[in-house]
Amino acid sequence: MNSPVRVGNTTHGPERSRLSRMASDPKIRGWVAQAVVGTLIVLAGYYLVSQTIYNMEKRGLTAGFDFLSSTAGFSIGFHLIDYQPTDTFSRVFLVGVVNTLFVSVIAIIFATLFGFVMGIARLSHNWLIARLAATYVEVVRNTPLLLQIFVWYLGVFTLLPPPKQAFELVFGVFVLNNRGFYATAAVPGELFWITGIAIIAGLALTFMFRRSARAQQEATGDAPSYAWKALAVLVAAPAAVFVLTGAPLSWEVPTLKGFNYQGGWAVPPPFLALLIALTVYTSAFIAEIVRAGIQSVGKGQTEAALSLGLPRSRTLKLVVIPQAMRAIIPPLISQYLNIVKNSSLAVAIAYPDLVGLWMQTSLNQAGRAIEIVATTMLFYMVVSLSISGLLNIYNRRVQLQER
Amino acid sequence: MKLKHTVMAAAALAVGATASAQAQDKSTLQVVQDRGYMNCQVGQPNPGFYNLDATGNWSGHDVAFCRAVAAAVLGDPTKIEFQSVTSQVRFTSLANGESDMLSRTTTWTATRDTQLGLDFTTVTMYDGQGFLVSNESGIKSAKELDGAAVCVLTGTTTELNLSDYFRSQGMNFKPVTFEDVNVLIETFLKGGCDVYTNDKSGLASRRSAFPDPSKYTILPETISKEPLGPVVREGDNQWGDIVRWSVFAMITAEELGVNSGNVDDMRANSKNPEIRRMLGAEGNLHTGLGLSNDWAYNIIKMVGNYGEVYARYLGEKTPVNIPRAGSQNALWTNGGLIYSPPFR
Repeated sequence: MNSPVRVGNTTHGPERSRLSRMASDPKIRGWVAQAVVGTLIVLAGYYLVSQTIYNMEKRGLTAGFDFLSSTAGFSIGFHLIDYQPTDTFSRVFLVGVVNTLFVSVIAIIFATLFGFVMGIARLSHNWLIARLAATYVEVVRNTPLLLQIFVWYLGVFTLLPPPKQAFELVFGVFVLNNRGFYATAAVPGELFWITGIAIIAGLALTFMFRRSARAQQEATGDAPSYAWKALAVLVAAPAAVFVLTGAPLSWEVPTLKGFNYQGGWAVPPPFLALLIALTVYTSAFIAEIVRAGIQSVGKGQTEAALSLGLPRSRTLKLVVIPQAMRAIIPPLISQYLNIVKNSSLAVAIAYPDLVGLWMQTSLNQAGRAIEIVATTMLFYMVVSLSISGLLNIYNRRVQLQER
Repeated sequence: MKLKHTVMAAAALAVGATASAQAQDKSTLQVVQDRGYMNCQVGQPNPGFYNLDATGNWSGHDVAFCRAVAAAVLGDPTKIEFQSVTSQVRFTSLANGESDMLSRTTTWTATRDTQLGLDFTTVTMYDGQGFLVSNESGIKSAKELDGAAVCVLTGTTTELNLSDYFRSQGMNFKPVTFEDVNVLIETFLKGGCDVYTNDKSGLASRRSAFPDPSKYTILPETISKEPLGPVVREGDNQWGDIVRWSVFAMITAEELGVNSGNVDDMRANSKNPEIRRMLGAEGNLHTGLGLSNDWAYNIIKMVGNYGEVYARYLGEKTPVNIPRAGSQNALWTNGGLIYSPPFR
């Protein structure tokens, strides 16, 4: 722009004010426009908030967060952190947060595993496997999730036998009935922490073995096997420590007492129905994402790898999947976000997640609609932004390093 | 970006509150009469209390009190727009002005009356919380429920009473909390919980719709006081008076032997001064309410007195079958609690 001959300056003359020159400067115009829009947004926000407060006052509605410290009074059917009816509403919020995260995290893990298997199966050369996977994806992907949750809950879990005729699996280690799934729990004794340390040390050693094996492979091209060493430090050493410290672990077996099985570790049917529905539904989408990712890797890559003499499994592991991940991660993030948000459908089948405990029960008992809706929205936003933040960091690492 | 999110959230929250801000200056009576119909909030269909038939007509014990108010205010008990909303939005919906009154087996409590911008008018049914079990379970008393899984509806006083009761008895239980009563009942019928707890009237009502009602028993214990009645928005005392005295007119009519069959005769010929005052044959009780002098006559003629309504929707001849004689819902003259201040 700064050409030596500036025709513009001479035609408009020196009387052209600084103001008009500023008005035609795109940078300054940009700033002004942003300031105007920003002010309008702030004003609109102020209007809406003050109007809401005014309307609430006019209607005699009490506002504020003081209810958080008052006693909730109701019981919760499933909680991972301690909870009593005498606890406060803020505790209820925490219970809801933990329950939501619990089901979401497990569903994310299972959906990812299952989705990858299904996605790879769809590309299988075996006609039957490919067809079955395709049918699975199409059926699951094209029906509403809420409907699937009801099918699992009303069609499967409530139809299980009552406690007195429960299925006892693996000699009673696991119990399944229409009140839930029970598993024998391991109760660590006093000296169990020593075994714990042995396991952690084993993991650390295995990791080191792997690194040195890698280094050796890169230096010499020869990959040494460290399976025996790993087995020794991971299994044999902790087992020896465990026995030497006097096997400090007892088992709590679920047994029928009164109305139901007691003891052990238990999850209720709504949790199982929700977990399976979320896993199945999301895994179908993930399968498609995985398939698309694998197909986005050029055929030449596979052919080149095979012609170098890599076996098929290593071709997939070392050549295809690392490149496919670049196409898989971004859409995978949104599936994870979907799982967290979709877990709020729990409210339909009595799993006490955040929406059920907070937006339903607490909202009704405390009556603070605006405060409760706002905190719930804030929670989902924080979780979603953290998940996408974390995965974006990972994504940046697997993306092509262009130099 | 962050600011935008916050503002959008605030906007979403505030829209509901701003939208109905204009309608606040006129009295509810004026608004309803100008509109030509009343907005009455009931719950999701519930046998005996608010039924929805195949042609879309609402009927039932709680519906009848809406009809009574419409008859008093508009002279026509059918000029009602019914709103059937879930229990967790019921109070917001009323406080925002979306409905003019709420009549849906709602328990009168201090918190609700004082903190939610609402006013409870009076009690149309004295209820209490109980437990429903299948006969197969062999349970005979609530004292045997230690360790039971209890199906309960979320956002109700029921949920709190349940915790209080088990705590005071030193027993444990596992709540299974539902938002939708149909999913709750499906779970209960298939044995997903040992007990279903609700107001006893509600239990009787739901049981009447079970495939085989005779296989289920309501346990004898009553663990709470549940006074149910119509609710209005706070701040319009005239409207609150209209709803309250519409109910009282139905109670007084029963007490004085006035019913939908004999009300014409009573208005013309009765010598009882209270009947004459109530039906508008003498005096000016209607002026304070801002209604015409035949308001109570319209209620009795078009809807019936309290006893007629009870018998029609909840009495022994209905499937719901909640016996009235000897209960708290008998007239005070028969040893119950149903009582109206005098029409004077």
